[in-house]
Amino acid sequence: MTANAPSIAAGPPVPVKDAEAGSRRDARNDRLFRGAMLLCALVVLLALVGAAGGTLWEGRLAFKAFGWHFFTSTSWDVNGGKFGALMPILGTLVTSLVAIVIAVPVSFGIAMFLTEVAPRWMRAPVGTAIELLAGIPSIIYGMWGFFVFMPIMSEHVQPWLINHLGDGTNEAGKATGLGLSFFSGAPIGMGLLTAGIVLAVMIVPFISSVMREVFLTVPSRLKESAYALGSTRWEVLWDIVLPYTRTAVIGGVFLGLGRALGETMAVTFVIGNSHDVPNSLMSPGTSIAATIANEFNEASDPLHRSSLIALAFVLFMVTFTVLAIAKLMLRRLASREGN
Amino acid sequence: MDARDGIAATRVAERMYRRRSFTNAIALGFAGIATLLGLFFLSWILWTTIQRGSSAIHPAIFRKMTLEGGLLNAIVGTVLLSFMGIAIATPIGVAAGTYLSEYAKLRKFGEAIRFLNDILLSAPSIVLGMFVYTLIVMPAHSSSALAGGVALALIALPVIVRTSDEMLRLVPGAMREAALSLGVPQWKVTVQVLYRSALPGITTGVLLALARIAGETAPLLFTAASNFYWSVNPTKPIASLPVAVFNFASQADDAQIALAWAGALLITLFVLLLSVLARGILLRNKVAHE
Repeated sequence: MTANAPSIAAGPPVPVKDAEAGSRRDARNDRLFRGAMLLCALVVLLALVGAAGGTLWEGRLAFKAFGWHFFTSTSWDVNGGKFGALMPILGTLVTSLVAIVIAVPVSFGIAMFLTEVAPRWMRAPVGTAIELLAGIPSIIYGMWGFFVFMPIMSEHVQPWLINHLGDGTNEAGKATGLGLSFFSGAPIGMGLLTAGIVLAVMIVPFISSVMREVFLTVPSRLKESAYALGSTRWEVLWDIVLPYTRTAVIGGVFLGLGRALGETMAVTFVIGNSHDVPNSLMSPGTSIAATIANEFNEASDPLHRSSLIALAFVLFMVTFTVLAIAKLMLRRLASREGN
Repeated sequence: MDARDGIAATRVAERMYRRRSFTNAIALGFAGIATLLGLFFLSWILWTTIQRGSSAIHPAIFRKMTLEGGLLNAIVGTVLLSFMGIAIATPIGVAAGTYLSEYAKLRKFGEAIRFLNDILLSAPSIVLGMFVYTLIVMPAHSSSALAGGVALALIALPVIVRTSDEMLRLVPGAMREAALSLGVPQWKVTVQVLYRSALPGITTGVLLALARIAGETAPLLFTAASNFYWSVNPTKPIASLPVAVFNFASQADDAQIALAWAGALLITLFVLLLSVLARGILLRNKVAHE
């Protein structure tokens, strides 16, 4: 009840000097904290730059020895010390292309089913199941491809393809197929086509989940207007949803392509691992990742080793480009959504 | 208007309508078949793994080393490697996510890092393994468990960065402002308020990252390499389930192939269990928020 009533406030009053020191300390800690966070964010950048720089540097032996011929030569002769990357690069592109050709329509169908066709209660569980497919480790795809799928390819699928599309002949020696060289050859099961199909199974969940997400961003007033005019579901999807999301859909396809290009284990099991020039989709071949996985631990010659690391650099640059395109296209939709 | 003209026009409209319905039916049928195809392959692959794996799993594989036809050292190796990967990637990833969400939300620099992080997320794992090979294995002249852990950390990192960033951005701005207005320094706000609020989401990210790296084979081939004996030494090569499965599956011997399927089943079960768990946490958290 006396003059010192104001000091009732909890505890003794803090001297001004201490409070200033405290806030200076806080400011310093904040700066330190922020710096530490920034450093960690830079690790992401360093990982990418390091992956490119490290593989380029250790691949310098091969780049120096072969120059541009590294990209144009088909000979991969471990004993003769000649390494050309054309076959692995070609194999990577062909298998990924086969995968994309199969996976894009299927993913589109799945995304359509999950956004426009299926009854509401079915969408979440089916969507989750398809996404589980993306969670299965790639080595499981490889083993399944090798032990289960490859025999089916060589006994049923490839003979059919050869007889109907390729250079198949009947008992009388008359051609039964269309003679397409892509589908000619011997039905040995392993090869570019089988690898492409296994890759397709792997990337379908990635592409379809991107497509589903972007389809869901289409404003419902657009779709409802079309329905009100009497459009069918297919017309709404093809004429309204797809034009609205075109860039992002292509981005999703590129994302799947990026995955397919860099996939190692699934491909290594089924591609056949041959550096010979393939003459059809049935031929065994090799991809960049499969070549590295197969040969690196046995590569004792420095030039061989360096060539494999150089291949890793090539793969990194190709996938980086493809993924960058994918991300840029996906982002365009995101920014429009923000508007 | 002439009555006949009217009838003809109706017929044309009807024909058009029928054609449109037909196209629609084909498209809907195709969508259904595509989905069935996806589900068919999923169950086919899972069924193969379960069938062949479960007939090969018996108690002895948990007691013997890979050299003696068991998987014990590979299982322990995978646990160790995954733990190392997560232990390295989690603090860095959460911190990077914090930077993106709290300090560089809309800045160009933050956008650039986010962009690169998304690319790292899909970068070929074998190239990241090769990078760690040039970074750690070549200077040390030996593959090692540590190198394997770093390679796995590089794969886990972008997953954790992305989920942390997203989960922290979901924390309402009012919470930050309330804490800041009490005079709490920003780092304390982040550590004591934001992390606590975003914890379930960040945990989900870490679990998803774990599910991703536990089944990775390619980045381990030349970093952790393989080992047929017991080893927990971080500077020595170490066995791991995926690499052991890869080695066994390439043999011609039926017993070894069976062992590969047993390992494949263990990996698949572990990975699927983790992703279901992660989804469960995310879902429960979402329900709690609503």
